[in-house]
Amino acid sequence: MINGQTQNSVTSRYQWLILCILLLALIIVASLCIGAKPISINDIYQVLFSDQTGLTSTIIFEGRLPRTLNGLFVGMALGTSGALIQAITRNPLADPGILGINLGASLAVAIAVVFLGATQFSAFFIYAALGSLVASLLIFAIGSLSAGKVDPLKLTLAGIALGAVFAGLSSALILFNPLAFDQIRFWTVGSLDIRTLSVPLYIAPIVIVGCLLALSITPALNAFGLGDALAATLGSNPIRVQIIGLITITLLCGAATAAAGPIGFVSLMMPHIARWMVGPDQRWIIPFSFILTPCLLLIADIIGRLLVVGELRVSIVTAFIGAPILIYLVRRKGASSL
Amino acid sequence: MTQQSSQLSAVNTAETKQAALSTQSVTLAYEQNVIAKDLSVDIPHGKFTVIVGPNGCGKSTLLRALSRLLVPQSGEILLNGENIHHQSTREVAKKLGLLPQSAIAPDGIKVIDLVSRGRFPHQKWFQPWSEADQNAVELAMQATGVIDYAELNVDQLSGGQRQRVWVAMALAQETSLLLLDEPTTYLDIAHQIELMDLFQDLNQIQGHTLVAVLHDLNHACRYADHLIMIKSGQVIATGAPNEIVTEEIIQQVFGLSCLILADPVSNTPLIIPRGRKTAN
Amino acid sequence: MSAMTKNLLSKTLVLATALTLVYFTLFIGDDIANNLQDIWQLISGEADKYQSIVVWQWRASRLFSAIIIGAALAISGAVFQSLVRNPLGSPDITGFNVGAFTGVLIAIALFGNIYWYSVVGAIIGGLCAAILVYLFAYRDGHSGFRLIIVGIAISATLTAFNQWLSLTVSLETAMTAALWSAGSLNGMTWLRIMPATLLIVALMGLALLLNTRMKLLEMGDDTAAALGISVNKTRLIIMLIGVSLTAVATAITGPISFISLAAPQIARRLHPQKHITLVGSALVGALLLMSADFIAQHSMQNATLPVGLVTISLGGLYLVYLIIREGK
Repeated sequence: MINGQTQNSVTSRYQWLILCILLLALIIVASLCIGAKPISINDIYQVLFSDQTGLTSTIIFEGRLPRTLNGLFVGMALGTSGALIQAITRNPLADPGILGINLGASLAVAIAVVFLGATQFSAFFIYAALGSLVASLLIFAIGSLSAGKVDPLKLTLAGIALGAVFAGLSSALILFNPLAFDQIRFWTVGSLDIRTLSVPLYIAPIVIVGCLLALSITPALNAFGLGDALAATLGSNPIRVQIIGLITITLLCGAATAAAGPIGFVSLMMPHIARWMVGPDQRWIIPFSFILTPCLLLIADIIGRLLVVGELRVSIVTAFIGAPILIYLVRRKGASSL
Repeated sequence: MTQQSSQLSAVNTAETKQAALSTQSVTLAYEQNVIAKDLSVDIPHGKFTVIVGPNGCGKSTLLRALSRLLVPQSGEILLNGENIHHQSTREVAKKLGLLPQSAIAPDGIKVIDLVSRGRFPHQKWFQPWSEADQNAVELAMQATGVIDYAELNVDQLSGGQRQRVWVAMALAQETSLLLLDEPTTYLDIAHQIELMDLFQDLNQIQGHTLVAVLHDLNHACRYADHLIMIKSGQVIATGAPNEIVTEEIIQQVFGLSCLILADPVSNTPLIIPRGRKTAN
Repeated sequence: MSAMTKNLLSKTLVLATALTLVYFTLFIGDDIANNLQDIWQLISGEADKYQSIVVWQWRASRLFSAIIIGAALAISGAVFQSLVRNPLGSPDITGFNVGAFTGVLIAIALFGNIYWYSVVGAIIGGLCAAILVYLFAYRDGHSGFRLIIVGIAISATLTAFNQWLSLTVSLETAMTAALWSAGSLNGMTWLRIMPATLLIVALMGLALLLNTRMKLLEMGDDTAAALGISVNKTRLIIMLIGVSLTAVATAITGPISFISLAAPQIARRLHPQKHITLVGSALVGALLLMSADFIAQHSMQNATLPVGLVTISLGGLYLVYLIIREGK
């Protein structure tokens, strides 16, 4: 009986998973088709698989394909890193924003603009990547090494504390410098809109490696969720899981922030939605997070394109779509448990 | 003379007959999740009442309702014959104390300070600490044997000592009725007995009416004057342990096959589970 | 005995720091008072007009604001930390600050940079956000978890809206708003701080009156209810007081972070029994904001930093220090 039930729910999870993958594929196609100039699927096929030049080809290769791929990889990275951060800190409210990683990237970009004279968005890419890398390493070092082990609460606190310092410093840098302020205000509102394929192609291998790493430790994460003592009893090594987890988070957050700027909230919200769909099993939460997050990002991006002529940036639309969903879900009966 | 004394005893029996606390066909539920329907129980005056039943039968819910923490969806809860929800919560707090499972000791608080917090319902805005407050706190700490630790921090105490401090806080409230939610959980056997003996003294010597939810059936049988057995939100049996505890009723309430002997110490029922190996 | 000496010592130290700060803030810089005689003239009212105005109108009102606002934020923090039984509890979970920023952005975009319009905008925006969070989180009572999640969702939406607005408006408007959101005591005058002071003092009085109930709530809802407290009502009132204190402070200065988080925790470490008391938190909060504002005024050669940037950076470093120290 019990066996049958588990079997059943596993089957239905697989069905959900396939459904979500189909949904993602559909959204990817839609993201290529929809825009100021609608392009038919047929034309897209032509452009992608035969050598064609012309307006349609330009729109696809220098507009829609880069931003769609960007949305796909950034979404995968954000969803996976969010789920991982929540698992590693054992805190359902943690995300790259709370951990201060985004703020580290912002500080690096602010330094680049103010002191190094960076003006191009393409130049921000490398500084943002560096910034989030250094920020995560600092946070993880303070949050774990001081205690001699990785302490979830200390990790969260260290993120909040260092994030505050980063935020204060970057504000101090740009508040008296109108030029820098102007550039930063655009960068800090995350966007998928890039004009070159090179960005998604840079981050693609990092994101894929990160997601595979994350998947590889999901069974150990389940054990880890039960507390250090029980995890050890179950034969998993909490320290190793945490270290792999932190490395993965660093890779994924760095890639996402570099490619799209800081996009908060989705990485907090999507793991919750995944958890409400499939229950508290990391082996399912993580795959669902990395399939569903790009869906949300790409839908938000499409809506942003359609809604405003000047185009609403994706992180803004995401919040407006995501927040009502989150409120609806948390108001459901029984959602108060995690 | 004889007439007078018979009148007096009549008054006495009337008073003991009226329940100190009772539920009148209440429906208890958390949101839509109904725990008990049409449930009526009486808590007799001056007795030590123990509520037992299997996990999830609604005994803790009943205790929450009796202590006015859970408002029934229908029916009434009477405290000394008056609806408990028609009295101000502070007035109720002068008559009825509760030792909840979920009590949290603030960091670094001293024993005497924690016990003193039990005086809240008796204090008025702006009125400083009175002599009555001081006496009540000292008596409570004496009765529970924690007066020697008065100046220590609560976090320095052992589990058994800490539980006594919480009892002292409830006692400082000076209520004639005291409700206890699984007070002996997490204590070792010696501390369990020590605490149960303390409750017995409070009941027999100081005249408190006690209501406890207990897991241990043998403790319940040994210490209770009045036993209430609950299953799935329904009262299955009530009365003195000697009268109601039988092998059949244990089978009915807990689904447990057992043997009942007379406890050689207290001559109350002693429940010996048969377990699987010897069941047949 | 040694604990008492230590306690006395820490109190003396705090007092001495406070007095030194008052002295430096009022009398140092810009050739206002070069010797004790000048200072005496200022105190007795014999100094010339310009010097009097600088010291008693500008510097003193700013110093007084730092004390009052610091105390208000600290008490608000202590109240929230007690309510959610978590050292990270803060009025921020109600979405107030983000909403206040929305209000200010709109006010500046519509009416330009006029101080009192920003104050009103902050109050309206903040209250609307807090009410929204409260209403959406309500469902047969409040669960802490639901409150936090709804707070995050509403804050995220408003942040997105604020970002959109910041990108849409002119650079100047965006910068003015950003300066406000950094939290600053620049331009504080007696006229600006006095109405807020009355409100803050009244709210502090209320908080002190409810102190006993707050302490009983810390022992768990059931215990508090058993002692005769109506838990939900009391919690709502206490929460309102906490939010109002932050609201008043934020409306007149912009959000100054970290005081409400750090002051109660520092006060706890200074207290002989390691308790968080309202009065202790208020004193530490006042001292913290005074020091931070002193640094804000004197750290840069020709500009005054918004004090919020100082509190957030130093507060963050202090927290890092605590984490490292407690690890050893």
